[in-house]
Amino acid sequence: MLKRTTHLSARYDVDNGHTLDVYLKDGGYEQAKRALSMERAAIVDEMKAANLRGRGGAGFPMGVKWSFMPEVQPGKPHYLVVNADEGEPGTFKDRTLMEKDPHSTIEGCIIACRAMGAHTAYIYVRDELHLSKDRLWAAIHEAKAKGFLGAKPFGVDYPVEVYVHTGAGAYICGEETALLNSLEGRRGEPRLKPPFPAQSGAFGMPTTVNNLESIAAVPAVMKLGGEAFSKLSTLHEARDGGCRLFGVSGHVNTPGIYECAVGLTLRELIYDLGGGVKGGQLLAVIPGGSSTPLLRPEEIVDAPDEKSPLHKWHGQSVLDVPMGVDTMRALGTMLGTCCAIVLSDKACPVRAMHNLMRFYRHESCGQCTPCREGTGWIERILDRIVAGEAEMEELDRLHEIAGNIMGNTICAFGEGTAMPALGFLRKFRPDFEQFVKTGGTSSTGKLAL
Amino acid sequence: MAFVPTPDHEDKLKQILNRYPNKMAACIPVLHLAQQQNGWVSDDVTAWVAETLDLSTAHVFGVATFYSLFNTEPVGQHQVWVCRTLSCALAGSDNILAHCEERLGVQAGHTSADGRVTLRTAECLASCGSGPMMQVDRDYHENLTREKVDVILDRLTGG
Ligand SMILES: Cc1cc2nc3c(=O)[nH]c(=O)nc-3n(C[C@H](O)[C@H](O)[C@H](O)COP(=O)(O)O)c2cc1C
Ligand code: SF4
Ligand code: FES
Repeated sequence: MLKRTTHLSARYDVDNGHTLDVYLKDGGYEQAKRALSMERAAIVDEMKAANLRGRGGAGFPMGVKWSFMPEVQPGKPHYLVVNADEGEPGTFKDRTLMEKDPHSTIEGCIIACRAMGAHTAYIYVRDELHLSKDRLWAAIHEAKAKGFLGAKPFGVDYPVEVYVHTGAGAYICGEETALLNSLEGRRGEPRLKPPFPAQSGAFGMPTTVNNLESIAAVPAVMKLGGEAFSKLSTLHEARDGGCRLFGVSGHVNTPGIYECAVGLTLRELIYDLGGGVKGGQLLAVIPGGSSTPLLRPEEIVDAPDEKSPLHKWHGQSVLDVPMGVDTMRALGTMLGTCCAIVLSDKACPVRAMHNLMRFYRHESCGQCTPCREGTGWIERILDRIVAGEAEMEELDRLHEIAGNIMGNTICAFGEGTAMPALGFLRKFRPDFEQFVKTGGTSSTGKLAL
Repeated sequence: MAFVPTPDHEDKLKQILNRYPNKMAACIPVLHLAQQQNGWVSDDVTAWVAETLDLSTAHVFGVATFYSLFNTEPVGQHQVWVCRTLSCALAGSDNILAHCEERLGVQAGHTSADGRVTLRTAECLASCGSGPMMQVDRDYHENLTREKVDVILDRLTGG
C-alpha cells in the first residue's frame, strides 16, 4: 500500500534543513536528551517493538542486534559504527539523509550509544561523498557547541563523541567486517565470523554496525514510540515495521528517493512514485540494489501453503506483493537496500548482466578463490558473449561458476554476485541463447534508450 | 625528496590522531591528507605515513594499493570520474564517457596531454537517480548531457 510519510525526510525540502536551527524547531535532540536519562534496556525494548529491520541490506532486526551488546567491562569500551559506505549499485538513499538532514543521524548516534553502553560512534562515509562528510562534520560541530555532544551531553554524565571516518574507494568496505578493518587502518578485507562484532568488533571491542538510515530513524522511533512506529507498516504483523526510504532509478520517468511506510509494492514504486516505465514496457526490476535477483512482471506468486509469507498474494503478480524483508526473500530475491533499478524492454538483459558482473569482478577483494576466480571467469565469458564470440555451452559454464561461488566464501559478496547472476541466466535464458546464436543482433544490444 | 606536511596539515594530523584509540586507525585519513598535498602516494609519502603512525612501510603500501582512490602514480591537476555502473549506463553513461574521451583526447584511465585532467571511470557513486553523472574533483555533476559536459570540461581545460 502506498503511504507517503515524512518521519525521515521532513526537512528535505526546507531551506537550510541541514542546520541545527531548523532541526531544533522540529523538536530535534529532545529524544537524545530523554534517552540519556533512560536505562539501556528500556531503549533496546523500544527498538525491538519498532520492528525496524536493518536498512543496510540484510534486514536484521535492529533491537535484537542491539541486545547482543554485552555489559560494559572495565577497559573494554564499546563502539557504534555507522555504515555510510553506500556503494551497492542502484542505491542512493543514505546520501540524501547526510546531505539534507545530518542531525537526525547525530541524534540517532547519541541514543544508540546510550542503548549499547558506547561512548564513541564512528560514521564510516565513502570518500567520494564530500558534501555528505562536510554536512555531518558541520552537524557534529554545531551539536558540540550546544553541549549536545562531548563530556556531558545535556549536562548528563555520559560522554558521547561522534566522528566521521572516510573510506577510500572500495565497495567491499560496505561489508561490516571489511568496514571494521578499514576503520582500523587496514586493507578492507572481510573477517571470518565468528567472532561477531558484538563480541569483538572495532579495535577488538564490542561493536554494533548499523546502516546510516537505520540510525537516522532512531529519533523517530523514540518520538513515536516503538509500537506506533512499527504500525506505520502494513507488514507490522510480520515484524517488519515503520517507514523507510525507497529509491527508484533506471528507465522510469521520475527517478528519486521517496519516503513511505513499509508495505509499498514494486508496482507502486515503479508506476506511482517512479512515474512509470520510460521508453517502453517493463522488462525487469532489480528490487533492492544490484545484489538482489531481478523479478519479471510476468511472474505470478505461487504460494498455496497458508503458512507461506506470500499466501495472501497467491495468484497475483509479484509486482503487487508488499516489499518486505521476508516477502522478498520468499520470492527468491531480497529486499536489499530498497532501491530498485528498472529496465525497460528496450534494454538488453545480456548487457545489463555484463555491466554488473564487470562491477563484481572489479570489486572482489580477492581473499577467497571461488569469488576471486569466479567473478573473473564470469566477466570473461560475458565479454565473449557480448563480442559475439561465445559458444552455447558457455551459458552452462556460467551457471556452474556461479553455483560454485554460493556458500564457499568468507563474506556475502559471493552470494551477492552469484544470486543475481543466476537470476539473469534463469529468467532470460532464451534471450541469452538468441544473443549467442545471432551474435547479439536479436537484441537491442543497448542499455540506454 | 622527503615529504613534509604543511603547518595546516600538521594541525589536521593532530586532530585526526585524537579521534582513535591507536595510531594505525589514522592510516587512511592520513594517506588522504598527504595525497591532497602531494597529488599521489609516492614512496616518500608512504615512508612519511609509516614513520608518523609507527607502521611498517609494507603495511602502508598494502593499504594504499588496496583502495582505488589512492593514486599510485602522478595524476593531472583535475580528476574526472564518469560513473558507468548499471543505473548510469541505463541513462546513457557510455555516451558521456565517449564524449569525455574525445574532448580530452585520452582513453579513460589516462591524463590529458597538457596534464590538466585525469579521466577515469567510477563504479556506482550513489547518485543513481540522477544519471548519467560524473565527479569532478570534489563535486558531483548530475543529469549530464554532452552540452553540460562541454561547459565543465571547458572550465577545467581553460579553453
Ligand atoms: C558486499 C557487501 C556490501 C555491503 N555494503 C553496505 C553498504 O554500503 N552500506 C550498508 O549499510 N551496509 C552494507 N552491507 C551490509 C553490512 O554488512 C551490514 O549488514 C549492515 O551495515 C548492517 O546494518 P543494518 O543492520 O542497520 O542494516 C554490505 C554487505 C555486503 C556483503
Ligand atoms: S567473498 Fe569475495 S569479497 Fe568476500 S571475502 Fe571472499 S573474495 Fe573477498
Ligand atoms: S550507477 Fe551511477 S551513481 Fe549509481
